[in-house]
Amino acid sequence: MNPYAQIIKEGLWKNNPALVQLLGLCPLLAVTNTVINGLGLGLATILTLVASNGIISLLRNQIPDEVRLPVFVMIIASIVTIIELSMNAWFHDLYLILGIFIPLIVTNCSIIARAEAFAARNPVGHSLLDGLMMGLGFTAVLIVLGGMRELIGQGTLFAQANLMFGDIATNWTLTLIDDYRGFLLALLPPGAFIGLGLIVALKNVIDVRLTKRQTSVVEPVAETASSH
Amino acid sequence: MALFRISPPYLAGANRVTKQMLQVLLAMVPAVIAMVYFFGVAVLINIALALVVGLLAEILMLKLRQRPIKPFITDGSAAVTAILIAVAIPPLSPWWLTVVGVVFAIVFAKQLYGGLGYNPFNPAMIGYVLLLVSFPLEMTTWLPVSSLAENPVDFHAAFQLIFHGETGTDWVADTVSGATPLDAMKTQIGQSILPEYIINQNLFGFAGGLGWEWINIWFAIGGIYLIYRRVISWHVPVAMLAALFIISGLTSMFAPEMTGSPIFHLVSGGTMIGAFFIATDPVSGSTTVKGRLVFGAGVGLLTYIIRIWGGYPDGIAFAVILMNMMVPLIDYYTQPKVYGAVK
Repeated sequence: MNPYAQIIKEGLWKNNPALVQLLGLCPLLAVTNTVINGLGLGLATILTLVASNGIISLLRNQIPDEVRLPVFVMIIASIVTIIELSMNAWFHDLYLILGIFIPLIVTNCSIIARAEAFAARNPVGHSLLDGLMMGLGFTAVLIVLGGMRELIGQGTLFAQANLMFGDIATNWTLTLIDDYRGFLLALLPPGAFIGLGLIVALKNVIDVRLTKRQTSVVEPVAETASSH
Repeated sequence: MALFRISPPYLAGANRVTKQMLQVLLAMVPAVIAMVYFFGVAVLINIALALVVGLLAEILMLKLRQRPIKPFITDGSAAVTAILIAVAIPPLSPWWLTVVGVVFAIVFAKQLYGGLGYNPFNPAMIGYVLLLVSFPLEMTTWLPVSSLAENPVDFHAAFQLIFHGETGTDWVADTVSGATPLDAMKTQIGQSILPEYIINQNLFGFAGGLGWEWINIWFAIGGIYLIYRRVISWHVPVAMLAALFIISGLTSMFAPEMTGSPIFHLVSGGTMIGAFFIATDPVSGSTTVKGRLVFGAGVGLLTYIIRIWGGYPDGIAFAVILMNMMVPLIDYYTQPKVYGAVK
């Protein structure tokens, strides 16, 4: 398989940071009570991943092996600081909601894991794509989980979209269930754990189905081969 | 000549799950009759609804998990879980409350952990706590005992209230619902009213809440029957009730202004159903003899702590779940010594 397609597949599905590596669970579980919160944190994480992967890949031959981890952390921390200050300036309300989880992106294990496992030993182009795809995979899970919890918890989707898209988005809130009483558990931390568990289970079911289909396609060939 | 190969133990299926669960259901009958007497037929509607939903959820999950349906569905464990939830929630709860609680208990707390025998938490209590945390308003407004109600709810009105949210007549929900005696006790103690005055109000009977005391006594009698039939052992209920009695006794001796009497705590809320029917769950409770004493005492203590200092009026469900979490630790430290083993 061509290396770029391989990287895309790894990040989005096969090695998805949230569903397979189960990294960065703390922000994943904490902020996904609405779609918009999930999307906001997801975009910040994508930016961090792409920038840190790119810079670390560029510097990979200059960084001495013995001190590489502190160097990675410093690079990641600088990038997160830039993103935090920018969000404070341009998306101030969203910044207030996401709060401590923006600076905490520094400690998101999936970022240092990509730096160590991929960017430190691959060329810049591959590393940038890897950062983007891992970030997108992570963000997709944030959005799906945020959507599930928002829908079950308060019966809406895209509530408070104006925090992110400005005043045009004030009416974007989709109220899918009128007069909904609210289902508090989905918005509380247990709802995040149960929701993530269900998504991981769903991914595993799909994977099992896919392998089954592949083997069932291969089998008839094997049978005809053996019957000769 | 063909001989059957018979091997010991020569018992007539004494330990079959179905038989035990039927005994549990039988032991609950008097208390359920008492509940119907005090709170009306709505209790029976809830039980019927919970049973149907519970069995359907169990069948669905067994199908999804590709397990044989008949042996698991006839063991009666889903029925016991469903009925425990149905009697724990307020009688006039809307139908979806029962459905959500029972489905969550069976699907998440029981089947997703591997079904009967593998669930670390008591499924009925998980379902109940889910409802209590998610819908505090619906879960804490109870009917007054029918002798205190201005116009008791008949079958038709109960049916309408549960399934349509209204009676079809000019009833208002607020006139048919109110706080439980435990809740009233807690609120008024918070307003610095002395418990000895509170207990004289017409919400209260000779020892606990009016009506509630009899429901508790019937649950206790059913529980003693279960001990007599060896379905449950005496350790958990005795340890739990003793712990609750001692801690509330000590508190009411030294700080009578902050607690109801020990007898009040024994016959209020879910004490007796908790002691004999919930904490005694053989799957999620402790398995060693000493461990059962520790487990029961822990449930009793936590129940009292939550009742007095917690945010909810009753604490049985939270206490049971918290102690369920402790079970592996308790079992580890209370392993019985093997006969003849030298330490």
